[in-house]
Amino acid sequence: MNVTTIVGLEVHVQLQTKTKIFCGCANRFNPDAPNTQVCPVCLGHPGTLPVMNKEAFDLSLITATALNCEIAEFTKWDRKQYFYPDLPKGYQISQYDLPFSKEGWLEIDGDDGNRRKIRINRAHLEEDAGKNIHDETGRGKDSQVDLNRAGTPLLEIVSEPDLRSGAEAKQYLEEMRLLLTFLDVSDCNMQEGSLRCDANVNLHLTDDAGQKIATPIVEVKNLNSFRAVEAAIDFEVQRQLKEYEKSGRKLCDPGVEKETRGWDANRNVSFAQRGKEDAADYRYFPDPDLVPVTVTKERIADVRAALPEAPATRRRRFEKELGLSTYDADVIVNQGRELASYFEEVVEVSGDGKQSANFVTQDVLREMKERGVEIGEFPVSASILGTIVKRVVDNKITTKSGREVFSALLEEADNDQEISTSRVDEMISERGLEVVSDTGALEEAVRSAIANCSSAVEDYRAGRKQAIGAIIGQVMKQAKGADAKAVRELIIQVIEETA
Amino acid sequence: MQLTIEDVRKVAKLARLKLTPEEEELFVDQLGNILNYVEQLNEVDTENVLPMAHTAELTNVFRTDEPKTSIDRREALSNAPSTDGKYFLVPQILEGA
Repeated sequence: MNVTTIVGLEVHVQLQTKTKIFCGCANRFNPDAPNTQVCPVCLGHPGTLPVMNKEAFDLSLITATALNCEIAEFTKWDRKQYFYPDLPKGYQISQYDLPFSKEGWLEIDGDDGNRRKIRINRAHLEEDAGKNIHDETGRGKDSQVDLNRAGTPLLEIVSEPDLRSGAEAKQYLEEMRLLLTFLDVSDCNMQEGSLRCDANVNLHLTDDAGQKIATPIVEVKNLNSFRAVEAAIDFEVQRQLKEYEKSGRKLCDPGVEKETRGWDANRNVSFAQRGKEDAADYRYFPDPDLVPVTVTKERIADVRAALPEAPATRRRRFEKELGLSTYDADVIVNQGRELASYFEEVVEVSGDGKQSANFVTQDVLREMKERGVEIGEFPVSASILGTIVKRVVDNKITTKSGREVFSALLEEADNDQEISTSRVDEMISERGLEVVSDTGALEEAVRSAIANCSSAVEDYRAGRKQAIGAIIGQVMKQAKGADAKAVRELIIQVIEETA
Repeated sequence: MQLTIEDVRKVAKLARLKLTPEEEELFVDQLGNILNYVEQLNEVDTENVLPMAHTAELTNVFRTDEPKTSIDRREALSNAPSTDGKYFLVPQILEGA
């Protein structure tokens, strides 16, 4: 039997505005002070009126444009009615039949190694609900409701079912998060719930007789990390396969409805949630409290022209213009916008993309990881690292010495010493790291080392080639910036000359 | 348009209302009458009329993204039937309900 996994994702992303979508309360994650960022509007009191936050709409336009969506010239708001304690009005203001954007795509690296466009069905703007805190003691105590989050601007981005595995879904989410942070529209902090995801999963089966079957669609909720998304999809594939073999239930059988399952990240299983009875019955209708929004063609063109560079574009530019390998471009850009900008500053100073990439992807990333800091807090600034790399590129110091200067400067910074670009050259001369390009001086150092190490020379002549190490060491002590390989060759040459 | 008792039960359920059998009967008639009244609008020829999204002929009413003072928590919770001084309290919610 041939099995194809079919996955579509619904991503909810909180937009980073200062205030909520329909009122002036702060839009800030603040679970420690529940119900302090609320007002009659977001508490859903009667007689209050919502007014649309312009910034929320602008950020939505930027996002949808970057996702290659078609922007509607006319859009409106609708009420989605359901009862839940975190939804004080008894309805959510959302968009139903006229979302502000539709039909876009996001490119990912598919499982087959090729770049693939994952189609986006639509992106629409809505308000977030509050947060329920359930009693987990099992004693049936009351649930607590915090409405700080109620009314946070929320963008829902719905993909077409174009993803073919848990790994691809994770890829899509990682690329989505990267794009959203490059656009500066959301902090995408999953722990704080700024980015949330539901997955729609089913299987297309072709049995040995060539008959095609689709299993019922399952929506998996509570996916709180990218790893959970991947694991939940992989789990669903196996579960749905077994379920089909047992029950033979298919997508279009009478009575088969979309099932909602939760994800238990501790036990790595999905579990049935109570069926959404009358789920489709949200009784949407246009919200009379909010007027429609129109967007002109000129406005759309302006937004497109002003878009920040997308991660995919930046990767390609790093490869084409700075000569980076696909791998290095991926590593740098996938770390986020700030690291990519840091890297570009290093290149600007050093003038060499490849060498800068080596230092950034190896030394900087390793030290950041060890220290557990972001690039913004990293003590060696881009101009300092750029200066180090420039000295390497100009053959003033060796790559090894460059690493030594980098580590030494980092150590000084760790000891609260002020470091600056001028410290780079000071340190090079303090430590005598300049490459000795004066062959006369180097030859002199070699000859005096050979004279001082007569036993090593004898050993070498007797065939113990490793004895040369002692002589190299002597030379390097005198000429620290010398290239060890060149020194070795010179020593051999001199020993053989004097044989 | 004839409303059925099932329609009334469904609407009541969606609205979380518990109706007595007598009320169900009553609302079959009453809601049915309202629908019939509104149904008169179907007599109007709307063949070449665009759907209307809003009755006010306004678009693009926005506010700037400037914070306003929120109300304090005590005030926010003051109308709630049940609180613990920090949160609104509601009868236990079953996850996924």
